[in-house]
Amino acid sequence: MQNAIELRHITKTFGRVVANHDVSLDVRRGEILSVLGENGSGKTTLMNMIAGIYYPDSGEIYVNGQLAEIRSPKDAYALGIGMVHQHFKLIDVFTACENIALVLDKREKYDLKAIRKKAQAICEKYAFDIDLDQKVYEMSVSQKQTLEIIKMLYRGAEILILDEPTAVLTPQETEKLFAVMRNMRADGKSILIITHKLHEVLSISDRVAILRKGEYAGTVETQGATEAMLTELMVGKKVELNIERPEPINPHLRLSVHNLSVTNAEGVRVLDQLSFEVFSGEILGIAGISGNGQKELLEAIAGLQATEPHSSVVYYPDDDRDSTAEQLIGKNPKAIRDMGVHLSFVPEDRLGMGLVGSMDMVDNMMLKSYGAGHSPIADRKAPRHLAEEIREELAVVTPSIHTPVSRLSGGNVQKVLVGREIAASPSVLMTAYAVRGLDINTSYTIYHLLNEQKKRGVAIIYVGEDLDVLIDLCDRILVLCGGRNNGIVDGRKTTKEEVGLLMTRLQNKGGVA
Amino acid sequence: MGESKKTVREPLFRIVKRDGISMTAKVIIRVVAVLLALIADALFIYFVTGLNPLDVYKVMFQGTFSTSMRFMWAMRDLASLLLIGIALAPAFKMRFWNVGAEGQVLMGALATAAVMVYYGGKVPNALLYIAMLVASLFAGALWGFIPGWFRARFSTNETLFTLMMNYVAIQIVACCVNIWRGQASGLGKLNMKTKAGWFPQIMGHRFMINLIVVLVLVFAMYAYLRYSKHGYEIAVVGESENTARYAGINVGKVIIRTMIISGALCGLTGFLIVGGRDQTISTNTAGGDGFTAIIVAWLAKFNTFYMALISFLLIFLSKGAAEIASAYNLNDFASDIIAGMILFFILGSEFFINYRIHRKHSSKEVR
Amino acid sequence: MDTLIAWILRAIPFGTIIMYGAMGEIITEKSGNLNLGVPGIMYLGGFAGFASAYLYENSVANPNMVFCAALAIVCAFLAAMAGGLIYSFLTISLRANQNVTGLALTTFGMGVANFFGVYILNGSTASQSLVYKTFQTKIPVLSGLGVPGQILFGYGFMVYAAIVLAIVLHVFLNRTRTGLNLRAIGENPATADADGISVTRYKYLATCLGAGISGLGGLYYVLDYNQGIWATTGQIEALGWLAVALVIFTTWKPLNAIWGSYLFGTLYWLYQFLPTLMGFSVPGYVTDLIQMVPYVVTIIVLVVTSLRKKRENQPPASLGLAYFREER
Repeated sequence: MQNAIELRHITKTFGRVVANHDVSLDVRRGEILSVLGENGSGKTTLMNMIAGIYYPDSGEIYVNGQLAEIRSPKDAYALGIGMVHQHFKLIDVFTACENIALVLDKREKYDLKAIRKKAQAICEKYAFDIDLDQKVYEMSVSQKQTLEIIKMLYRGAEILILDEPTAVLTPQETEKLFAVMRNMRADGKSILIITHKLHEVLSISDRVAILRKGEYAGTVETQGATEAMLTELMVGKKVELNIERPEPINPHLRLSVHNLSVTNAEGVRVLDQLSFEVFSGEILGIAGISGNGQKELLEAIAGLQATEPHSSVVYYPDDDRDSTAEQLIGKNPKAIRDMGVHLSFVPEDRLGMGLVGSMDMVDNMMLKSYGAGHSPIADRKAPRHLAEEIREELAVVTPSIHTPVSRLSGGNVQKVLVGREIAASPSVLMTAYAVRGLDINTSYTIYHLLNEQKKRGVAIIYVGEDLDVLIDLCDRILVLCGGRNNGIVDGRKTTKEEVGLLMTRLQNKGGVA
Repeated sequence: MGESKKTVREPLFRIVKRDGISMTAKVIIRVVAVLLALIADALFIYFVTGLNPLDVYKVMFQGTFSTSMRFMWAMRDLASLLLIGIALAPAFKMRFWNVGAEGQVLMGALATAAVMVYYGGKVPNALLYIAMLVASLFAGALWGFIPGWFRARFSTNETLFTLMMNYVAIQIVACCVNIWRGQASGLGKLNMKTKAGWFPQIMGHRFMINLIVVLVLVFAMYAYLRYSKHGYEIAVVGESENTARYAGINVGKVIIRTMIISGALCGLTGFLIVGGRDQTISTNTAGGDGFTAIIVAWLAKFNTFYMALISFLLIFLSKGAAEIASAYNLNDFASDIIAGMILFFILGSEFFINYRIHRKHSSKEVR
Repeated sequence: MDTLIAWILRAIPFGTIIMYGAMGEIITEKSGNLNLGVPGIMYLGGFAGFASAYLYENSVANPNMVFCAALAIVCAFLAAMAGGLIYSFLTISLRANQNVTGLALTTFGMGVANFFGVYILNGSTASQSLVYKTFQTKIPVLSGLGVPGQILFGYGFMVYAAIVLAIVLHVFLNRTRTGLNLRAIGENPATADADGISVTRYKYLATCLGAGISGLGGLYYVLDYNQGIWATTGQIEALGWLAVALVIFTTWKPLNAIWGSYLFGTLYWLYQFLPTLMGFSVPGYVTDLIQMVPYVVTIIVLVVTSLRKKRENQPPASLGLAYFREER
């Protein structure tokens, strides 16, 4: 049987970064093929070349046995290829129907009513649940993803590429998606799914293609494959899977969050009377489906987010020092710093908030400390030393400390950011998705750094998305659901199922666990 | 069969973002751009007038360099343009599109003129100068503060706000000139008899003070942006307001402060133009320099030394065009065309600094 | 009463000038391009329209005035489009900064129009094309029906063409596939690109056609509003900026441009008619201040829309940004 897609010797570079090197792989008709690889292994780049977003530097792509020239997404559509990107490509101010109309074939008449009817038929065929007249900015993440898939099917896609579709879904929504994918496979469609969740790979796919550092590492039949085997193929060498978790030493209350409520710009209450406590010398994990108030929680504590009345975040200094507790709500980051509260924060958006991409390491080191002293001239000597130190200690790969940080790889950017935040000798350290997009080695470096801080008695709040890591790393895990505290579990005793359930099902008690 | 006939064609070329470029390459690209622009302008001159472009360029050169007097005049005009560019630098570095320099200069000039009209000859000269200076700084600062405040408070689009403020300023100037001239047909030089508020002559030129001020400010603004804490704050705010808030920088305060500085320096330009160059005021006092300076500041990427170079190029062109105009009986709108073409070429050349064109070689089989 | 009528008869033609400018800029901005070259483009359109009509009249013994008007319109449109093409090439293909390119285009357009204008003027300060009579032809019969006829039908055909064009553009943006695609590009070019819409082609076409429409504003100014007189003035520049302001005022909706432009026209002529209407005279310097009102009103509108933050009234989300598919 003919293959749906054959890639031959595909190479693609961005500047000096080789994203894909000499990759060859096949996709059969009517199969679900998982494309597995660590972050940065070139999965998305490779898929983008099939979808016409990027054009390969060299190599060929065959579709249904014919040499294909995919210069644009339009060419891809013409070949029956459709891709659902990780960042949805939808127009917020348009309705679902109008978004579908954007992919209309030239020969088809522009008639919103007819489009609606046809789309409705697709929804019924594969059991999609969506309101076609809703504006996209009013939709949930899973609805947007559904819309993306409908768009591709509407355009007649026979080969569907899904880029990390489950990253933003609840386990229940994931099951629903998988059911739809199986329906589509039964219908003879080929599906490529990018993921790095091994259990999903095993449960959904027929075969698994593995990429490692931009190169093709082989394809295996899912039947008979094991997680350990796939991991080994993916990372290339055996890695220590256990994350160190020292016992908290002499914990005492560091931060008390009480009745914290935040309403966002759209008037949605994203945090609802949240209350919990954080202790020194512990790592408190925050679990939850993305967009359940994690960002607002950290930003509220850091003084970057307006809160509702009666919200309270009280900071308790070390008990041996004779100082009083401080209310952090209502103060901006500078005021908090001026009170002597050492609050470090590694935000989710590294280059958009934590660092200035166009500045070098030196200038980024002084982001929070440039104001010290009375001189109108900014001191650059101390930051230069700090930059050198971090570069050395965390093995930051950069041509020079004077290279703009935006030119560094994701892992090195994160090292610079975490390094700076730890160098400020914090008493509270908050991290949001600290290992997102990092390779396994860098991730472990970060876990290690956090544990070091924990041993020093720092109270750490770790917002994560990978449940395995949360359960292995954190002492306690607070599960957010709908902006509420949906329970706090013990990291040493809990199971993924328990946390997963808490993430999706709001408990009645809705208070402190 | 029909499908397989479809020829498979690779894109002719692809565009790849550069990862940084050497200083030499940058300079070469820019010089080539200017040369190409001069060639394009030469063709334009030839086709429109039939004159030998080389002769024309020679005449053009004379516009600035034929006599020392002409050179000084060029310097005088350069001072105004460059000063406005310097004034815009901090705002632009903050990614605040202050296109209101024209109005800010006019307000500064107006305040200066008002002090000259109402206090000229009535107070000691030294005091008069100080009053003129303070008034101009204040007026310019006010004109920068208003859009700055609204941007900081309500994120009102500053490009359009500052643009509109220009016309408000023009009308205010028109109104005041109308009052001051009374029944006369024009305003003429202010304090013609007493020369109160006119800058003293240094080496035979009243505008020598302008040159000194601009020279100092080229260095001062460079240092302010590069080394001061304010400069650092401006750079962070310009890059990302989110990052600035994260760093504990009061974004609104920095925006307002920077716009006050930017406006005040524009006001200062107005003071220097009235006191050192024109000794009078009209709606044409800024003469479009407020807009040209935007291009100067942008092309120089906020580096004041590059600004000096680009300002010089533009002044050289406009002086040259005026010279051609009188020598060949053309009109000096030619300078707008020539300058416009050069700007297009320099703007276009930025592309080759930031991107690389990747040419595809045919015959894929050869690998 | 007469004053009021005279005011309206002045305000609507004035509004028409900037309405063309604004409608062109709306189409341009809907594609994500903020073109500050509108004044230069209007200069190009105005001059090309005038020059073609003037040269035709003076080279043919019995000029056909309808042909002459058509020729002027075509030339104005093409010249303005050429300006838009320069802008498009620099900002879309070469990704130059939009604000700066626009300002340079304004300088260039002004220079070209006035430089060649001097050749046409040939020593005199102003010259007139007779085609203005064709442009100013009122609607027969209807315009003679008393005051309502005068107010509703007493203008040249380009006033009505502008209204029709606004409606056409409204339908185009909201009811056609091409319009939908164009709006998508202004909102999110990456999405439009992924959906197989040619971002570059749309941006080029929208910017060039938009420039052409803006250029008609310059044409209307010279050949109708200004009675076919070409003179070297800075008047068109101010009109161009007012057109840019009007775009904001309309919140990027062509239908709003109809009443918005007339309102601007009314405000602009406030200085001349209001004092007469109220029955007092004002000194010259006060009229200077009254002339400021349209700009102040624009500023107020600008502030008010920035306060309201209504989703549907916001500028196209990608306005001012260059699009590069392989950006990482």
